[in-house]
Amino acid sequence: MSLRVLVGVKRVIDYAVKVRVRPDHKWVVTDGVKHSMNPFDEIAVEEAVRLKEKKVVAEIVAVSCGPPQAQETLRTALAMGADKAIHVEVPAKEAETLAPLHVANILAKIIQEEKIDLVILGKQAIDDDSNQTGQMVAGLLNWPQATFASEIVQDGDGLKVTREIDGGLEVVQVKLPAVVTTDLRLNQPRYATLPNIMKAKKKPIDKKTPADLGVDITPRQEIISVDEPPTRQAGAKVADVADLVQKLKEAGRI
Amino acid sequence: GSTLVIAAHNNERLFPITFNAIGAAQKIGGDVTCLVLGKGCGKVAEETSKIAGVKKILVADDNVFHGFLPEKVAPAVVAAQEQFNFTHIVAGGDAFGKGVIPRVGALLNTQPISDVTEIQSEDTFVRPIYAGNAIMTVRSLEKIKLMTIRPTCFEGAAPSGGSAETDKAPAGKSEGGDVSQFIEQKLTKSDRPELAGAKIVISGGRGMKNGENFKMLYDLADQMGAAVGASRAAVDAGFVPNDMQIGQTGKIVAPELYIAVGISGAIQHLAGMKDSKTIVAINKDPDAPIFQVADFGLVEDLFKVVPELTKLVTKK
Repeated sequence: MSLRVLVGVKRVIDYAVKVRVRPDHKWVVTDGVKHSMNPFDEIAVEEAVRLKEKKVVAEIVAVSCGPPQAQETLRTALAMGADKAIHVEVPAKEAETLAPLHVANILAKIIQEEKIDLVILGKQAIDDDSNQTGQMVAGLLNWPQATFASEIVQDGDGLKVTREIDGGLEVVQVKLPAVVTTDLRLNQPRYATLPNIMKAKKKPIDKKTPADLGVDITPRQEIISVDEPPTRQAGAKVADVADLVQKLKEAGRI
Repeated sequence: GSTLVIAAHNNERLFPITFNAIGAAQKIGGDVTCLVLGKGCGKVAEETSKIAGVKKILVADDNVFHGFLPEKVAPAVVAAQEQFNFTHIVAGGDAFGKGVIPRVGALLNTQPISDVTEIQSEDTFVRPIYAGNAIMTVRSLEKIKLMTIRPTCFEGAAPSGGSAETDKAPAGKSEGGDVSQFIEQKLTKSDRPELAGAKIVISGGRGMKNGENFKMLYDLADQMGAAVGASRAAVDAGFVPNDMQIGQTGKIVAPELYIAVGISGAIQHLAGMKDSKTIVAINKDPDAPIFQVADFGLVEDLFKVVPELTKLVTKK
């Protein structure tokens, strides 16, 4: 097989950062905050690179929608092993209301232009936690979807995908072209090596806008407010197990 | 208004999350219709028709729904929408609902809202973002409001007291043909309650050191009628399977009692359990962040404490 693969990579606030709500209560503070590639997207890039190493995949195209800094995320994808990148530039302000359906429409257009056979996306981005884009791309293109993948195996002219579901695992067979979204246990993403980071600087990044692709990014929803979650008061330390059991009985929990 | 709830089930019984989804639909107001798609799902249709507050059920019992593939389910939801013009479409936020609702959104050119935790009005909803570290109130500008709901935030509808009329669900247009095929499910077998619905949840973290040591937690759980979960660190370390993971990227639970054993309390774990009514933390590190959310904290070696606790709750 020599598939052309598209991976989506989103630049998000680093998973280890404690996010704070912006004073105007319309979003969270992003200025001066460390950003990284969405962890589930790292898994998607890694899986594409492994499939290329197994000669199932011929070329990997990384795509990111977002502000100019999204290029850093694309460079990371290129350093991990993607062959080329497309940056769909969306100014920071508009990126705040960019919804999964907008992104799915953008990706669907690129997928057709680039004659993509397989799309691998993270199951969700850890900023807005929507968990929608992959399913939407599949819906727009009428392609099969295999979400929450923990194993992808080439099987005949399609893929056999093991999925993480409530209560265990499920195996589905999908014909190509298809959309797969990644779950945690699919793989352990590699770190980009210095020589590969250097090489990535020479790989091409195409720049486009949603308008170039004919995609309207008018907001689909209005953010009324973004607030801190209610804080939970820490309770007391207990002396020992007997004390704990006593307290739980008093609270009526056991 | 009128709301369509997509039932999640296994052809034998409804999953508990469906009752929460119906509960959420009742909060929206207006008539509630339930869509039951399956293969040999007659029993489930009957069960659904008795739920309090459900006005009508639409049933399609067909081989195409074997394995509940979203490629088949989504077009059927769209067909129901085209016939009945619902104002809202709701599903529970489990693997099934998360798979289907966005695909329906793409087919209807509508942006769904994931993981709704509160319904403020017919178009305004509350949902967590950034692993629950921020709470967003959002107004949908779409004509049809599509959403998945977080089950722990909505009381389940009563399983009896209703008598819904039954109608045939319209067939969906499945343009793709047989692009996907269900092969099998490998479900973890357990006599313990399911994580999502358990009144008591006991979770182990990296402090458990290995998978074998989880037996201590299973023994304690069996004495307390509890379910057993794990932190992402314990899953990443390979101690236990991913379906036990509690946290932003795993399952969200809100039991009456949550006992965190050897869990430090990373942000993503807290996101999955901080709505529990009472939280107990057992950790030998007094500075572990888990103590900041615990009602009762015990700074001790878990390998000493857990067997003691098991003995004490057994004596009772």
